[in-house]
Amino acid sequence: MKSKGGSSTLSKSITICSLGPLDRMIIEHVAGAISNRCGLRYKISSRMDSLKYAFDEKRGQYNSKLILKRLTELPLNSLKFLAITEVDLFVPILKYVFGLAQVGGQCAIISTYRLRPQFYDHEPNQDLLMDRIGKTALHELGHSLGLTHCRDRHCVMHSSTSIGDTDFKRSDFCPTCFELFRWQLENCGIRIKPRMPQS
Amino acid sequence: MSKMPRILVVDDEEAMRESLNDWLKEDGYEVGLAAGGQEAIDMVRDEPWEIILLDLKMPGMNGLETLKHLKEVRPDAEILMMTAYATVDTAVQAMKEGAFDYLVKPFDPDEVEILIKKIVKHKELILENILLRKKLEEREQFDEIIGKSDAMQQIFELIKRVAPTDSTVLITGESGTGKELIAQAIHGNSDRCYMPLIAVSCGALPESLLESELFGYERGAFTGAEHTKRGRFEMAHGGTLFLDEIGDISLKTQVDLLRVLQQKEFSRLGSEESIEVDVRILAATNRDLEKAIIENRFRKDLFYRLNVISIHVPPLRERKEDISLLAKASVRKCCLELNKDEVNIAPSAMKLLVDYDWPGNVRELENVIERALVIGGGKEIAAADLPFTGRASMREQFPKSLKSMEKIHIKRVIEEAGWNISRAARELDIDRQTLYNKIEKYEIKRG
Repeated sequence: MKSKGGSSTLSKSITICSLGPLDRMIIEHVAGAISNRCGLRYKISSRMDSLKYAFDEKRGQYNSKLILKRLTELPLNSLKFLAITEVDLFVPILKYVFGLAQVGGQCAIISTYRLRPQFYDHEPNQDLLMDRIGKTALHELGHSLGLTHCRDRHCVMHSSTSIGDTDFKRSDFCPTCFELFRWQLENCGIRIKPRMPQS
Repeated sequence: MSKMPRILVVDDEEAMRESLNDWLKEDGYEVGLAAGGQEAIDMVRDEPWEIILLDLKMPGMNGLETLKHLKEVRPDAEILMMTAYATVDTAVQAMKEGAFDYLVKPFDPDEVEILIKKIVKHKELILENILLRKKLEEREQFDEIIGKSDAMQQIFELIKRVAPTDSTVLITGESGTGKELIAQAIHGNSDRCYMPLIAVSCGALPESLLESELFGYERGAFTGAEHTKRGRFEMAHGGTLFLDEIGDISLKTQVDLLRVLQQKEFSRLGSEESIEVDVRILAATNRDLEKAIIENRFRKDLFYRLNVISIHVPPLRERKEDISLLAKASVRKCCLELNKDEVNIAPSAMKLLVDYDWPGNVRELENVIERALVIGGGKEIAAADLPFTGRASMREQFPKSLKSMEKIHIKRVIEEAGWNISRAARELDIDRQTLYNKIEKYEIKRG
């Protein structure tokens, strides 16, 4: 397990974990986003492999609700748990999801499946993929910290119901959402710098 | 909508309910969950859910049945049906039953978000519409007085300004224009509104009776005065006294009235004792008081005392734009009183109402509407239900000059007689030669 910060700060960090095989760069990128955009500490947990329990044969997709439920049952010694997977996720009522988190819940999951330009018959584009992954990770992390969707289309907390929404928004919180994010963290005993500058 | 609407999810499948719950909560909606039709109906009865996502296929009470009940309990709730491919036809049926739209499960995230936003916008528009209508009605109505004409708008403004003062107001206008309603509005919007508004119809009482009505009397003041009686001035103490038909009071009562207005005190008939009163005076008349002053029928000093602020209510024929509003308000009022469902006024009937001159003003309009509702009895007031249909058409058909009238009458009689001049002359009770002369004079020709 790689950790930024001492063991005393473990419970105040975000655990990032891959579910199934995943490009190491993706994990590093998400860790960077959490650290740079949110000023939060992170730790990278070892990979968890089998997602068979969540596979829906009829839909050929993975039920993200079941995965989230399983993750919530695991012992957690960090503030939030963010899982990343390459498989296609759904919730029963929706055709697909880019990610899932319970508002104010313990865990969040994101999928890179529909973030890859190739899914939309576009040329592979690593920068674009990383940008999308970073936004989706921050978005779900925001939900797990109690934030709901933002009306500002540029804010990372704006709802993404299509990849166009994800590409349109910026990789950061709007000032209001950031203040809410900070306030929620303070409630958890974590202080971060007031406004993270947009890079 | 200032706050996020509350959404109720009705689905027998827990997985569907839960995933929708999570998804909607991400948008900040307050979400309620019901596992079946009956549970949903109970929840909607208890709390105001504004949007309902309702599954079509449920055991027990199905979606269509539930929809009907929900619409009964809460007609303003917007219902989105959720269905599988196999039941799209039923979903379309549900829309005919009043559902807002339907979604095929599983939803495309984009689609459901757009639909919910559409409902929120739709509800915002409805709310805005209601508020605008209310604002408009407020502008077209001041208490019980209705009117959108410039003249009435100015009167509304004047009432607002004079009501909080203690100034005496003289309200003038033809009979039936609603002078008493103006007095009521002034009193109702004044600081005296919790004290009585006492009205006296001065013209309806003979001089001696009016005096005793206004000032009261002591026991034994005159034959038949068996008890001491308080007058209207005393009754109105702290409030407002409305002297209607003030132009009809005798010169003697005018003097008595002037004294009260000047000294703010008076004596009951048969008593020397002065009684002080705090009364605001509102007076009304349909007479031309300035003309009455010239003719020495009304005291100039009393006129100036009463006419501190003057409000003139124009006759209905001078504010035709108010007629349709007043007619509709009368229909509403009468239907309520007659315990009838509200009816419309047919455009042809409305045209007649607007064209008519209304010598009896608003009172006559109200009577005409009531009569039409009682006699007509249909789903709308038709032109034939109006008593002046004939009169109105005759007025349009016949000119005012006697000569023109004579020409039209002679022509009609000749035509009815089939141009048999002798018969027409007999009908007209004139000799044939005279008729020939008239035909020549008026250049009446066979049509």
